[in-house]
Amino acid sequence: MLLSGAQIVMEELLAHGVDTVFGYPGGAALDLYDALYEYSDRINNVMTAHEQGASHAADGYARSGGKTGVVIATSGPGATNLVTGIATAWMDSTPLVAITANVASHLIGRDAFQEIYITGITMPITKHNFQVSDASEISDVIRDAFRIAHSGRKGPVLVDITKDATIAKVEYEPRKPMDLPAPLCIDASEAEKVAALINEAQRPLFYCGGGVIASDATDWIRRIAAKADIPVCHSMMGAGVMPHDDPLNLGMVGMHGTVAANRAADECDLLLAVGVRFPDRVALSPKKFAPKAKIVHIDADRSELNKNVKVDMAIRCDILQAMEMLHEGVAEASHPVWMAKLADWKAVCSRDCPEGDGLDPCSLIAKISELSGPDAIYVTDVGQHQMWAAQHVHHNEPKHFITSGGLGTMGFGYGAAIGAKLANPGKRVVHLTGDGSFHMNFNEGCTAAKYKLPIITVLFNNRVLGMVYQWQTQFYGGRYSATEPERLTDFPKLAEALGVKGYAASTLEEFEACYRKALEEEGPVWIDCAIDRHIRVLPMIPGGGTVEDMITE
Amino acid sequence: MDTIQNSRKVISILVDNKPNTLARISSLVGRRNYNIETITASETHMPGVTLITLVVTDTDPDVLDQIVAHIEKLEPVREVHVMDSTGGLYRELLLLKVIVDKDARSSLVEIAEVYRAKIIDLSRSSMIIELTGEPSKLDGFMDLMSEYELVEVCRTGVTGMNRGM
Repeated sequence: MLLSGAQIVMEELLAHGVDTVFGYPGGAALDLYDALYEYSDRINNVMTAHEQGASHAADGYARSGGKTGVVIATSGPGATNLVTGIATAWMDSTPLVAITANVASHLIGRDAFQEIYITGITMPITKHNFQVSDASEISDVIRDAFRIAHSGRKGPVLVDITKDATIAKVEYEPRKPMDLPAPLCIDASEAEKVAALINEAQRPLFYCGGGVIASDATDWIRRIAAKADIPVCHSMMGAGVMPHDDPLNLGMVGMHGTVAANRAADECDLLLAVGVRFPDRVALSPKKFAPKAKIVHIDADRSELNKNVKVDMAIRCDILQAMEMLHEGVAEASHPVWMAKLADWKAVCSRDCPEGDGLDPCSLIAKISELSGPDAIYVTDVGQHQMWAAQHVHHNEPKHFITSGGLGTMGFGYGAAIGAKLANPGKRVVHLTGDGSFHMNFNEGCTAAKYKLPIITVLFNNRVLGMVYQWQTQFYGGRYSATEPERLTDFPKLAEALGVKGYAASTLEEFEACYRKALEEEGPVWIDCAIDRHIRVLPMIPGGGTVEDMITE
Repeated sequence: MDTIQNSRKVISILVDNKPNTLARISSLVGRRNYNIETITASETHMPGVTLITLVVTDTDPDVLDQIVAHIEKLEPVREVHVMDSTGGLYRELLLLKVIVDKDARSSLVEIAEVYRAKIIDLSRSSMIIELTGEPSKLDGFMDLMSEYELVEVCRTGVTGMNRGM
């Protein structure tokens, strides 16, 4: 059939199971949006306030729903507004297809109105990108884009299409999506070696990350842990790998990780690092990380192996399949001495939240967890509230904690929460944010209001840029440079102005009352919670330090 | 023996000749903070396939392995390998324009002969010399040339091939 390039884009989106896209129109994207108008019964375009919000929404949609997210933007500023969102997806390996329109091909390279070299700009933050100026190539390119985004280590792909290519009509034959390459299996002899190491170990430890979540290997990790009595710690991206109250769950490891997880990493004799990157926020001192352990690193991406930490055994393979094989190979075991040690460390509770009736981050999160039910999806922004959430939210399932780990993007949260809610209409979505982050993206309140998305935003409002403020307190002698913005923002009023319900709370009782009301709302709600600016995120290991440098009070 | 063995490594990359492939590789190298000395791209006997040769000054095996692992992930890359230090043949081409007067002319001709270089242009006041060989040979030649008044020098960068099959 004879279709325009823009119609072919829609056909390919449908062929890849896409029914929701996030985006914003513009001059070069007129024909793409004209096609969306035609396909609006099958493809829902969620229009955000800002392209950055759309990119984070597509990311949150993908992270929480498991499908590739799609974002559409126009040329020039539309495309550059996606950059932070694409970089966020890149750092956390989220499958994303970003489609940008560009000026007509005869104008490319002439600095035309709203022309930007977006393929050049996004080269280092995409798995691959394409520029298409021929309508007959669109079908192949979109198919490739979905294949690349979703195979191996997942990640973002950008497709830039010139306006004339979206207009031109060419013959189009529908085809099935491309087969993903078969997962790379672990070598049987390597699996045996790892199993033997596990069976010999006295103090084994799992260190799991986003790769475990992305490859749906959580169940197998839990089974191996139970069978061979292996405690599990996780990176922030690995939250949900173990049920919250599982005795083998040590929680998060790293800069703001638990005492138990960091002590365990320091003392273990075998570290099973699965789907992780050993970043500077976990292996703060890469040469001294897990110093007593043989380290086995299993990851889908060979370039992660021996990148930050030199390991004893580096295995590139599909994680799901490897864990399945390992489960077979490991013997049932118990490590009572190791477990007793871990129990002692777990008993060391380190937090900076004051006791009492006031509103503090720890009791806020405990209350939210209690009221939101076990299946709620938590989406965060970046800063202190993010760390408190990573530490105190009761993570039970994978894909229920959506946060910008690698890039640490303030302003990620609201867009991502919108995406998460659209991917999971039946689930409660809670957006935890700080006043710094929220000032970067609260404009998406208009989006949540327009689409009547019952997302509850809990604003940890300490009226400072808390994380930087904490560092200035700890390491810069209290010289608070640019972290006390003294803003006059009235969040409940701002909420109302955007069509969002707004509440404020200054005690836990007030908060509970607001939150209970919020749970009944059919649209978005913001709850502005006044918290003390002096409360720190603890424990903390300063950058470059080891567990011996841990600040616990 | 040539200096490639000691202070440099040659990485040969077969890629699909798609837009921006060279830019993707140089962007990657820049982003990951690897040190490259030269980069060349040339056609091969296979249609649509280009050979890119990188000469890197990092010779730490872990760093080399990282460079290869990252390059391998690029979509247009078909094959990457670090070339054999001893079994590889490496060549580079150099063009050099030098001011000549009566006295310099004969000594330059002598040096060119010793190096089996070709004089491809000669005028009253200048001479262009072409030299092909291993990078170390070109380095040695350049060392001798430093005594003369040079106008322009260009080197193509290294390309190489492993011996045998």
